[in-house]
Amino acid sequence: MENHVQMLTETALRISGVNPQKCMKCGKCSGTCPSYDAMEYHPHQFVAMVEKGQIEKLMESDSIYMCLSCMACVERCPRGVEPGKLVEAVRLMKIRQQDQNRKNGNDIAAFADENVPQQLLMAAMRKYRK
Amino acid sequence: MIYSYYPGCTLKDRAKEMDKYARASAAALGIELREIPEWQCCGAVYPQASDEIASRLSAVRALMNTEEGKLVTMCSACHHVIKRTNYDWNRDADFRMKATNYMKPEVPYDGSTQVLHFLEVIRDEIGFEELKKKVVNPLTGRKIGAFYGCMVLRPGKELAFDDPENPQIIEDFIRALGAEPVKYPYRNECCGAYVALENKNCAETQVDRALNSAIANGCEELITACPLCMYNLVENATRHKLPVRYFTELLAEALGVKEG
Amino acid sequence: MQKIGVFVCWCGSNIAGTVDVEAVSEAMKSVPGVVYSANYQYMCSAAGQKLIADAIHEHHLDGIVVASCSPRMHENTFRKTAEAAGLNPYMVEIANIREQCSWIHKDKEEGTAKAIVLARTAVAKLLHNKPLQAGTSAVTKRALVIGGGIAGIQTALDVADAGYEVDIVEQRPTIGGRMAQLDKTFPTLDCSACILTPKMVEASQNEKINIISYAKVEKVDGFVGNFKATIRKKARFVDETKCTGCSLCMSKCPSKKGKDEFNMEMNNRPAIYIPFAQAIPNVAVIDPEQCLKLKTGKCGLCEKVCTAGAINYKQQDELIEREYGAIVVATGFKPIDPSPLNEYGYADNADVITSLELERLMNAAGPTKGTLLRPSDLQHPHEIVFIQCVGSRCDENTKRGKPYCSKICCMYTAKHAMLIRDKYPDTKVHVFYIDVRTPGKNFDEFYRRAVEQYGVDYIKGMVGKVAKEGDKLMVRGSDLINNQQVEIAADLVVLATAIEPDPTARSIGTMLTASMDTNDFFTEAHAKLRPVESPTAGIFLSGVAQGPKDVPETVAQASAAAAKVIGLLAKDHLVTNPCVAYSNELLCNGCSQCEKVCPYGAITYIEKEVRGPGVREVRRIAQVNPAVCQGCGACTVTCPSGAMDLKGFANKQIMAEVDAICL
Repeated sequence: MENHVQMLTETALRISGVNPQKCMKCGKCSGTCPSYDAMEYHPHQFVAMVEKGQIEKLMESDSIYMCLSCMACVERCPRGVEPGKLVEAVRLMKIRQQDQNRKNGNDIAAFADENVPQQLLMAAMRKYRK
Repeated sequence: MIYSYYPGCTLKDRAKEMDKYARASAAALGIELREIPEWQCCGAVYPQASDEIASRLSAVRALMNTEEGKLVTMCSACHHVIKRTNYDWNRDADFRMKATNYMKPEVPYDGSTQVLHFLEVIRDEIGFEELKKKVVNPLTGRKIGAFYGCMVLRPGKELAFDDPENPQIIEDFIRALGAEPVKYPYRNECCGAYVALENKNCAETQVDRALNSAIANGCEELITACPLCMYNLVENATRHKLPVRYFTELLAEALGVKEG
Repeated sequence: MQKIGVFVCWCGSNIAGTVDVEAVSEAMKSVPGVVYSANYQYMCSAAGQKLIADAIHEHHLDGIVVASCSPRMHENTFRKTAEAAGLNPYMVEIANIREQCSWIHKDKEEGTAKAIVLARTAVAKLLHNKPLQAGTSAVTKRALVIGGGIAGIQTALDVADAGYEVDIVEQRPTIGGRMAQLDKTFPTLDCSACILTPKMVEASQNEKINIISYAKVEKVDGFVGNFKATIRKKARFVDETKCTGCSLCMSKCPSKKGKDEFNMEMNNRPAIYIPFAQAIPNVAVIDPEQCLKLKTGKCGLCEKVCTAGAINYKQQDELIEREYGAIVVATGFKPIDPSPLNEYGYADNADVITSLELERLMNAAGPTKGTLLRPSDLQHPHEIVFIQCVGSRCDENTKRGKPYCSKICCMYTAKHAMLIRDKYPDTKVHVFYIDVRTPGKNFDEFYRRAVEQYGVDYIKGMVGKVAKEGDKLMVRGSDLINNQQVEIAADLVVLATAIEPDPTARSIGTMLTASMDTNDFFTEAHAKLRPVESPTAGIFLSGVAQGPKDVPETVAQASAAAAKVIGLLAKDHLVTNPCVAYSNELLCNGCSQCEKVCPYGAITYIEKEVRGPGVREVRRIAQVNPAVCQGCGACTVTCPSGAMDLKGFANKQIMAEVDAICL
């Protein structure tokens, strides 16, 4: 089990390029996050929890789908930790698993109406499923 | 001057007018936007993980099919994805190798395509002073705010579009068209993005804050370069409302090519 | 064949832990030239030095190699040992088997093998050493202090107190520097001006101190003990000897659009002005960018009202050339411009200010006469947010600021918060912080007082956005302790901006060939043991020019620098380094390459009759001034004909070392 967590952690760090040890725990990311209140775990917690071996809690949390990918935390992080990239990595590791899509193609297509731009549907396809 | 042009899916459908006005304006400015052949959807969101290869391939194809050396984008999201993919191509050897192996192109992409947002073309290739001279219908007296959103600005290091914390390209654009640009602090914050699909609340909060800020600072209308921002700013506006237009529509209007 | 002795030091376990010292000294016995080899626990100890001296006498050694720590550490020690034992001190070579060997290796076998190579290399070089004689040079008994803030003033006062002449060159029209702009000082809350201005007066009245204000050092030549500086004293269009500082001209001047630099440009000042009431010299200066007379030829009001006849519109810059024995860099700092970090909204909002601007807003001589009013509408702010670490402690790749902690911000923010709560109890004060750093005497007690006694709200977290909404500034940030994102509707936001070296520091560093770090702070000769000296001889460091520090630390360092200056000026002669370059006249082809690369200006070209086998003609050849040459060797590697060589580090010696490594 421990090995499993270690493998998940290593993968998340590798594909995100994030080094949690660069974090000085200032909380700037969470101070700037527009989706803060919708998240159970906040950007700074993604960094801290992955470092502390708690990546599975993050994978099971809806927080991974609340990130807007606005990159405010990536831009403003004074240490270049770029938490948003880690949120994305954890989300990918969740949906890359068998039958772990948050929404499937039909669910997303059902949202289409005369105003919803293609861009929005396509983004959902990429963010919620594999 | 001929530029390769990547319109993107939304500009072929829900944001048709953005494309229409862009082409009309380009012609008025004496440049040709030549649509690249057989382009595919950019994927709408840039895949931030380094092992996401396939999801970046359509952007690579667009870059490869750019015959004129400079690829012009209109939609913020397409610009974001293609620009960052190009950035990766020139810095990440692993991605370059894997993508090339997968696509097996006759001539591998050499990374030389320059990705330009149409606003960058106007600023850097034409110049706002030149643009000003071509305005036949100055938008005098109109107080217009720019909604930049995220995609064209961040990460600043990769997009290199403008100062992500204090952008001014769209304000300069508005000024060149004869209108009065209105700066407001939330112009470079998120509209709620794709999360609007399942979390309308979040988008509403974001849009409310942005519109409130825009109105408080004296904006009477907004312009944007992003169809998703447009959607959220219009559809998820609850308490405050402002007319929102694509920047190309404003441009066409000032250049006198909006009708016809 | 020379007789060489090798002395291998254990340095306790520092070397002996990773290097088999017995094996090294044994191996050296078979190296050609070596007649004696030994090892000892601490070669630098009295007993170790006696061991060396005894061996020199007993074995009639011509030279010694000490295999020990870095030559920076003990080369001098062993040179003195050798000299006392009758050897020329330049017949000593150090093999660094500690920093360059034992400390970086883990494997003893490898460490030992490398130590043998290093010791053998030193022997190879020593075989080519020649005894060198150090010369002497005279010392000019006058010091130059660049910068007239508290650091420069303190250094000047201490040097003058010892009886030496000091010139303070200050770029602004008055001395006083940043400290003059401060309202109160932590942790005692005494008024900054009250403790600084008496020192300014003291400096101006001291016969040994000469204040050259509104001036800059343009050029420095020479070397320790013998510097020659050119100082440009800018035209102030006012005769310093006549102006009485009555300030009548200021009140009559019709041009009032100059930005008041002293008040952080928060208000305007006339074109003719005295920066502040206690300025030293208390003499007016005309800003040529603002003066109507200078710009358009029309006006001349100040000239008319000046009863002392001090106004001189035709005044020119003045160049002063003077010689100095020592130079002190006290160039100080400025706060960074926080505009690029515009999520804090500094560029867009008058009510987002820096801490130094707040100092002026709280000061009785400031733009609001000491009443805290916010700049936009001159209303009293009821809710104030302080943000710490703005532009400090950033990863360099992010381009979001400086990599270092600016050190003073935690304390001055606590001071500001406390003073505001004290004077305006109806005002809420919040401080966003990452860490509160208070290492200093009575510092943490001070900070705790702000929290416990004055009820300042400290929030652990950083601010993500400051946005104007109506007449409020909405400050959104994280509260990490409460696991919340908070939004505070503030009336005023104060940024504790990072400090950086004064913009002139880099060019002054280049001019003095004084090394600087990547942040443009001057580097000290040794971080711990020589903190107030530059590695360039004769250049001393005072105050924030060397790194962020507060007032008490600055004063302490300023006095320390003065002590070093006095130590230098007290000497009549200095021993010069004999390891200098020289040119072989027969080989020199007069190409001037060496002259171009010499960073010290030590090389000149002369016409000289050259005599050699079959040669007798006048040629243009390079000549090295041994008093100026620092022995850097740039000329020796540049010289295309191999005419330049360095005493003590001759090409032949270097090649012998390389050969010995490759054995």
